[in-house]
Amino acid sequence: MTTNRREFLKIVGVSAISLIAPAIVCPAWGKEKVIPVNELPNALSPSKALTAKRWAMAIDASKCPADCVDCIAACHTTHNVPDFGNRKDEVKWIWQENFAAAFPNESHTYLGKSLQKQPLPVLCNQCANPPCVRVCPTKATFQRQDGIVMMDYHRCIGCRLCMAACPYGARSMNYRDPRPFITRINPDYPTRTKGVVEKCNFCEERLAKGLGPACVLACKENALVFGDMENPQSEIRLLLEKRFTLRRRASLGTKPQIYYIV
Amino acid sequence: MKQRKWGLIILGLVIFFIVITFPFWYGKGKTSPPVLRLDTPAIAPLKDKRCVEDVSFMRESHMKLLDAWRNESVREGKRLYTAKDGRTFEKSLSGACLKCHSNKEQFCDRCHNYLGAKPSCFSCHNVPGEVKK
Repeated sequence: MTTNRREFLKIVGVSAISLIAPAIVCPAWGKEKVIPVNELPNALSPSKALTAKRWAMAIDASKCPADCVDCIAACHTTHNVPDFGNRKDEVKWIWQENFAAAFPNESHTYLGKSLQKQPLPVLCNQCANPPCVRVCPTKATFQRQDGIVMMDYHRCIGCRLCMAACPYGARSMNYRDPRPFITRINPDYPTRTKGVVEKCNFCEERLAKGLGPACVLACKENALVFGDMENPQSEIRLLLEKRFTLRRRASLGTKPQIYYIV
Repeated sequence: MKQRKWGLIILGLVIFFIVITFPFWYGKGKTSPPVLRLDTPAIAPLKDKRCVEDVSFMRESHMKLLDAWRNESVREGKRLYTAKDGRTFEKSLSGACLKCHSNKEQFCDRCHNYLGAKPSCFSCHNVPGEVKK
């Protein structure tokens, strides 16, 4: 069978018409069903939510009693952080380090014994220049307008580039399904799933309800102070006016927003 | 010769058509769409049994609505949804949807199982009542 030019053009024409036909016969088929812009949720922000231009925290570690883990317990029960029972799989949002591990550049041989033994609560530094955000290939980690470096667990693909980028080890991977390892699930906060990285979120879900961070409220010694760095009258700014503070590995340029009084 | 060739082609096409439509006519009448139960303690006393939006929109587009909700609440911090009729809801799966539809097995799962849809919502989000105490 030979095809001349005329036959060929006929076939091409019929093929082209058959492609457009469904859209003409039933226009709904030709359109992808999306929610029109005017139907998209037009959200309001609740008036009682706590807001700031730049959230930050100051930690007066000298107030921390030797064996107190109130802040850690409060955070981990609030956020359904699993306890796998071994260091390799450990998931942590806030934990303790000694001075030499938290401040390697400021540590030296002749540092006072009490300071060397003093446990420091450490958590995600909510950096103003966060390396984890820069490396995340899916934008699962992002920085909010108020400075909170947050995870969108829906988007996390578990590549762990953020864990490699974070100089503070503030991120943990769920190598296993965490649900069986949570002693008591808090129904008001989701759990995570296998293959997702997690970290401290500065209690953004509590701020939205008008509550302060769980660790700050759990501390009986008032060692943790949370507030707005852009507000000169905030408790945290007044504290920083008076006391000398250190930030963890600030020379790396991450602009960490957890200020330590030691 | 030419006649026989066309005959074989048409026979082949008929067999092909029968094979690819096999699941449709073989399964016809053997399954019926699931009946979704709305008799939960939260829905029963409602005078106007109306979801966030109307039933046909929810049936067709609940997944798109939930997708928009999760992006807006997590990424933009906009946590309240204003429905077309002006009512406002918290954009929350466990805190809004499942408050009324507390029968996840009879409501969500039945339809998802029937259609072979496998949403991963509940591998993280809690189902009220199912939570380990």
